[in-house]
This record gives sequence, C-alpha cells and structure tokens, in this order.
Amino acid sequence: MDISLQEVEYKYQANTPFERLALKDVSIDIASGTFLAIIGHTGSGKSTVIQHLNALLRPTSGKVTIGDRVITSEKKQKNLKDVRKKVGIVFQFPEHQLFEETVEKDICFGPMNFGVSESEAKERARVAIKQVGLEESILEKSPFDLSGGQMRRVAIAGVLAMKPDVIVLDEPTAGLDPRGRKEIMNMFYSLHQDRKLSTILVTHSMEDASLYADQIVIMHQGRVYREGNPLEIFSDPEGLFELGLDVPEVVRFQKKYEAVCGQSLGKTCLTIEELSAAVAKHLQEGGK
Amino acid sequence: MDKMIFGRYIPADSVLHRMDPRSKLLLIFLFVCIVFIANNMLTYGTLLIYTITMLSLSKVSIRFILIGLKPVLWLVLFTLILHLFLTKEGDLLFSWGWFEVYEEGVRQGLFISVRFFLLILMTSLLTLTTTPIEITDGLEELLGPLKRFKFPVHELALMMSISLRFIPTLMQETDKIMKAQSARGVDFTGGPVKERIKSIIPLLIPLFISSFKRAEELAIAMEARGYRGGEGRTKFRQLSWGFRDTTMLLALGIVTALLAVLRT
Repeated sequence: MDISLQEVEYKYQANTPFERLALKDVSIDIASGTFLAIIGHTGSGKSTVIQHLNALLRPTSGKVTIGDRVITSEKKQKNLKDVRKKVGIVFQFPEHQLFEETVEKDICFGPMNFGVSESEAKERARVAIKQVGLEESILEKSPFDLSGGQMRRVAIAGVLAMKPDVIVLDEPTAGLDPRGRKEIMNMFYSLHQDRKLSTILVTHSMEDASLYADQIVIMHQGRVYREGNPLEIFSDPEGLFELGLDVPEVVRFQKKYEAVCGQSLGKTCLTIEELSAAVAKHLQEGGK
Repeated sequence: MDKMIFGRYIPADSVLHRMDPRSKLLLIFLFVCIVFIANNMLTYGTLLIYTITMLSLSKVSIRFILIGLKPVLWLVLFTLILHLFLTKEGDLLFSWGWFEVYEEGVRQGLFISVRFFLLILMTSLLTLTTTPIEITDGLEELLGPLKRFKFPVHELALMMSISLRFIPTLMQETDKIMKAQSARGVDFTGGPVKERIKSIIPLLIPLFISSFKRAEELAIAMEARGYRGGEGRTKFRQLSWGFRDTTMLLALGIVTALLAVLRT
C-alpha cells in the first residue's frame, strides 16, 4: 500500500495560546514495500509524522494519502478502522499499552477489534508470540508478571497479529539491551522481506538506518531536511554533523582512515564487511 | 483534550499574575462565599460585572476561556433544565402536555446557572494566573497557623503540589495510550454507547499502572535527594504582600458591601 504525504502541516493545539507548529511543508512518498527510516533529533517532528500515517492526527493543512484513502484537514473522517487495520503502529514504549489479564487476550485484542474471529485471533497470537521470540507458554501469563523486555515483545506481537500491510515503528528498541535490540530489529527486517511489508522506522540509531533502510528521511525542526538512500545520505555527512547528528561508526571509521592516509577508498561503505574488504584492498595496493 | 483549561497556567504579565498567591486565594475564597449573597437581578449583575472586570485584568483571552469551559456549559445547561422541570412555584408561564414551566423555575434556574458559571470562571481564573507551585506556597502560608494544632499543613501542600504537577503528565499519558489503543482498533469517538464504555478499560488500566509506577519512582527520587518532610525546610520563593494585594481585597470588600445593600 502506497502512502504519501503532500505539503503536510500540523499545528498542535491550534487556535489556543499554546499553538505550536510541529510540521511544516512535509512531503514524503512511501511506495509499497519500502523500508523507510526517519531520523532526527527529539522534537524534530518524527513522531508527529508517523501519527499521520494511520490518521491518528489530521493535518492542519496539506494532504495525506493512505492507499485509496485521502485525509485532509477539511472533513472529519469516519470509519478509520480499515486504515488502521492496514497500518499498524508500534509506539514508543509499547509495553505501556498492555492491559488484559493474559498475554493471549492482549495480543488478540487488536485483531478482534478489526473483526477477526476469536479462534483465528488465538491462532495469530500463537504465531506472533513465536515471531517475537517468546515461548508459547507465556500466552497464559499475565502481561504484568513479565520482564520489561518480554512486555515489549508481547506488545509488538499485539501489533503483528493485526497483520498490517504497513508497519510503523517508533524507536522500537529504546531501552533494550544490545542483544534484544539486534533480535528485534532482525525480526522486523525478516518480516519486512517475507511479508513484503512497508516498514517505517523512527530511530536515533544511524547503524539501524544504514543497515536496514532503502530510503532515509532526515527531519529537522518540523521539516524534511534531506531525503535519499543510505549511501547518498552517509557519503556526504557534513550536513548531518551540522545538525549535530551522527553517521554510522563504519562511515566514521572510513572518514578517519581516509583522513589519516590522505587517500580516498572510493565508495562509501555501510557495513563492516564492505569496509574491511575495502581497507584490505587499499593496503594490498600499497596504500601508505 | 487540548482545549481543557482546568488547572492550566497561562503565563502573562498582568495585575492578577503579579498578585501574591495568598491574596488571590483569599480573594477567591471570599468570592465563593459572597456569590451566595446574591439573590436578585441587581446583585447578580454586580457579580457579573466584577467577574468580567477580573477576566479582563487577567489578560487571558476570553475566547480561549469560553472554549475551554465548553464541557462545563453542559453541566450548567443541565442545572437550568432541572430547575425548569422541577420548580413548581410562582405563575405558570406555559404548559405543553405534562411539561409545565413556572416563573419561579425560570428565575431560579437562571440564577443558579449564572452562579455556577461565575464560580467556575473565578476559580479557573485562579489557576490560569497562578502557577501550581505558587498556589501551594500560598496555601501552606495561609494554613500555617493550623500547625499549632498538629495539622499536617506541609504534607497537605506537598500532596497538592504533586497532584497538580502531574495533571498535565497524566493528560499526556492518556493521549498517548488513547492513540496506541486507537491504532489497535479501539474507537473512542463514535460507535454505540456500550462499546464506548467498554473502550474505557484499555485506557484506564494502563493509566493506573503507570501512575502507581510513577508514584513509586517519585518517592524514591525524593528520598534520594534527601527529602525528610517539612521540618526546618526553607523556601526558595519568598512571598511578598504588596499594595495591589490590599487594593484588590478592598475592592472585593466594596463589592461585598454593595451586595449586602442591594440584596432583597
């Protein structure tokens, strides 16, 4: 499902003394099957953007197209359920949304709201819980007896069980340990490939953005600052440094290396494998 | 949710903002009392003029206040209707089947609604022009004498400032969880009443849980910073009672006298 934002503007608390412009002239096209990473500082408007992707927020001006649904500021939208069924959002700290007595019921909550039968929902819960790397036996437990990391996974399973076409992730690994981070990101990536999902990832991690994304959008003060694929974005890191953003460690190493030996390695490498191969080649060719 | 004005502080530079919180508290308290003196057109008119004067002194946009008070208007309307229905005194104004409206009903309904509305306006004005911290400081000072009777003034003030402090946090949290559950297919805005009541559960349980968690964390953080209760605690913000405080109270005193004369 294609999603596109056209000149979206969003004001929080419009027409009150607290009015605050959060987004200005944001245009992003997300073709079906894209893995898009949105990067930016806290307060740059990332989270506001993603809430437009399933009509949780209506733009104060501009247009959001989700599949064949068009959302503008003018009229109140009805029947947003079919949009929300197709676009699943995993919010920041999704474990805060758990509320049912058992993990199973909580995972079934989303699908059943969208009209899936109970038996089908339970089946989906069993699949989803394995997808997020937990034992099936956990389904019978209360979500509040779990550890923080497990709760996070259960909450993610609750969104996966809705079987969305588009999955939006708002810093899904914040506060997890390094291993948990890697597992969860790999899980989302393989889901993205297997189910041909569109994935939108909001992150502070340049590593994740460069590893997984096809397309990167950099937000700054409510506007799209730059847009492109990881190679384009990270081969020219100066602008990023100006914003106080970082580049992946691999790129940083390459830049340092090139500065020290005074020669360029040619193309920018995004993975450790690429970089080590490039460095080895450079050394063999008699680089000083 | 965005337009709620209860407990909200709007920074501005006005006479009301600069008043000492103690005098403001006294003022509001006195106002709440004298509202009940009013019993006819003239007295209610006086109160209305006084309230409007205070509103314009506060430099808060009146339109904003009225929009913010919309939810309360329903309550006011409800009071009015209740009076229209249930008061059966005075002359019969008109009847329509079993529905009869009496003169006294209209009169009382209008007066009570106005009284209600004025009370809400003035008390909102207090929170709109005074930061929660100032309110608590003021309250703590005013209740100070009660300490002699072992009344836990400091603890009360602390409890108040904590709960006031966390109202916006709780609102944000509510908004966040509502969005998360809407993304999971809960419809908070429409649908049959039964469904809507059911949709409260996925909102309330996470809110309760996070509130308890937050309370615990706050307690630990306070202890870690050496909080041991109010004994011997000094204040960073010193309150000062100025000329304008005395003037404002005197003005209300005059209004009170006027009311006493005008009431029937």
